Amino acid sequence: MSSTSELTMLQAINEALHGEMARDERVIVLGEDVGHVGGVFRATEGLFEKFGEGRVVDMPLAEGAIVGSAVGLAMAGLVPVVEIQFLGFSYQAMHQIVGQIARLRYRSQGRFEPAITIRAPFGGGVRTPELHSDSLEGQLANVPGLKVVAPATAADAKGLLAASVRDPDPVVFLEPLRGYRGIRGEVPDDDYVVPLGSARTARNGHDLVIVAWSHQVEVACRVADCLVDEGLSIAVLDLRSLVPLDIEAIAAAVDRCGRAVVIEEAAQTGGFGGEVVATIVEECFWSLEAPVVRVSGYDVPYPVGMLEDAYVPDEARITAAIRRSLETA
Amino acid sequence: MTRPSDEQLRAILVDMVEARAQAGRLWNLQRQGQIGTLAPIDGHEAVVAATAHALDPVSDWILPQYREPLALQRFGPEVLDQYMLYNIGHPDGSCLPPSVRVAPLQISLATQIPHAVGLAWGMTLRHQPGVTTVFFGDGSSSEGDFHEAANLAGVLQAPVILLCVNNQWAISTPLHQQTAAESLADRAAGYGIPGVRVDGNDAAAVFDAVDEARRLALDGGGPTLIEATVYRLGAHTTADDPTRYVPAEDLEAARTDDPVHRLAAHLGELGLWDDDTQAQIETTALARIDDAFKRAMAQPLATDAMFDHCFITDTPRMARQRAALLATGPHSHPSTPEVDQ
Repeated sequence: MSSTSELTMLQAINEALHGEMARDERVIVLGEDVGHVGGVFRATEGLFEKFGEGRVVDMPLAEGAIVGSAVGLAMAGLVPVVEIQFLGFSYQAMHQIVGQIARLRYRSQGRFEPAITIRAPFGGGVRTPELHSDSLEGQLANVPGLKVVAPATAADAKGLLAASVRDPDPVVFLEPLRGYRGIRGEVPDDDYVVPLGSARTARNGHDLVIVAWSHQVEVACRVADCLVDEGLSIAVLDLRSLVPLDIEAIAAAVDRCGRAVVIEEAAQTGGFGGEVVATIVEECFWSLEAPVVRVSGYDVPYPVGMLEDAYVPDEARITAAIRRSLETA
Repeated sequence: MTRPSDEQLRAILVDMVEARAQAGRLWNLQRQGQIGTLAPIDGHEAVVAATAHALDPVSDWILPQYREPLALQRFGPEVLDQYMLYNIGHPDGSCLPPSVRVAPLQISLATQIPHAVGLAWGMTLRHQPGVTTVFFGDGSSSEGDFHEAANLAGVLQAPVILLCVNNQWAISTPLHQQTAAESLADRAAGYGIPGVRVDGNDAAAVFDAVDEARRLALDGGGPTLIEATVYRLGAHTTADDPTRYVPAEDLEAARTDDPVHRLAAHLGELGLWDDDTQAQIETTALARIDDAFKRAMAQPLATDAMFDHCFITDTPRMARQRAALLATGPHSHPSTPEVDQ
């Protein structure tokens, strides 16, 4: 039995980065403030001291050139791990992410291997200034050639990040801002990977399944735990990766429960939650006993601090959504 | 500074003449509906061919924009074959073999500049000798990627040559509406790197400038921005009508400084070039491109090739989509010629 340590998600991410840089000398970390200071959240702490300025690089403030130069590094056979300081800052690199990284293998018909990981914190709840809390997983999942990963636990963060760095295709690795220090759990000390594309059953249940990812998984679990007292058996499915999507796990859970609530923090229109609902309808229409209910952000820019608690899906809204579904005969 | 030898200049001219002849053939093929939209090389031949000859195809990389392939023969005959595949719309058209150090064409303007900086940086990190050279235009020099990448190249002292081919036009937008700067090369000062302006119609001058920038980069001296001034002698692309905006007298004046005529005249004076030689080279070049076209059209293509290389393996959802596409039966390729019954 291998040993474990209790870590925050941030510590688990840091451990994965240390492990990957030690395992493969082609791995190079680049981003804003990732070197000397160890990242604004300290996700890259200790890497600069251990692996040196040649492999842990403080870059000029230019997201397009950070991501764009990663394309060239990959062409040279390196394995770049890029940190975008906040996912909302990736707007200034979107032309390189969508138009270049996601197509490098395709455009070159397999000649160049885009083994690039882009890490970025996202999501709200910590009173950041504007643009620091945007959830873009829906936009990113709509880009052919990109994998999109969003862990919800510390152990998954370590194993999924290791898998992302080792993956020969580009991965956008989304880290919940609120979860950096708020999510903690037992993390195996050993080196391990969690394969991309497999969902995790966070709670077993048979009355209704909540489908969620990233920080909302924890919220969903709290709701499920509260409703046990009422005799309700609520399952929680943590998608872990949006691309590739574990269609079979979604279908199995919904077939078993007959009712589903899908949660996301992004604006509702065009969000990835809609994709999950469409998948449920395609796969499980005849098992459904009630319409699928969505709980999401609203179709507005992510609001400023005094309003954000009203925007982000919380226990009350999720519980209300569950009751609405259960009320349908 | 190393001036090219007469033999090198002659080799450059051969590539330029071939490119000019083949560009004419491509234009006709496009007008016949046999190939898709493309950007003619006319007026850029000296810059591209002389640059290719100043570089080492074994150790150096070229990252093109989209106007260059016909004059890149020095980097491998495969470049022409792939360009024909590209122009007929075959996915293999962007895949050169590993021995050919030319990146895929880039349609999204200036995005290849940070790639070139990253590649040069990566080669340094991996202790691989060589430089990268990236082509882009005067219009691209207004893009953020140019500025971000030039700045980064300076910080990293990356062995990269930023080669701006200033042909005076970004489709219909003239240079004075692109920038208030008098010279694009002057911008180098803002990035702390050398900037050189060179007459792009003078193959020898281009060779010199690239050779010097290459030596500097190999010696650890970092990047150089080269602005090569030319005049776009053709249309922006086959979809463009430059008579709507290029002043006829300007074009006429530019034609008196045609880079192909200029080098042919110079080598003619040295007794190294004559009309017969040129005609012979043109004939060979046309036979070569006709052959390439024929082979491109015969290249097999499965409809589900659109799924290949998106990821290294299909996601479960893509696997379903691929199967569904294949179940719809064979699709005809729009540019596949009718088979005679």
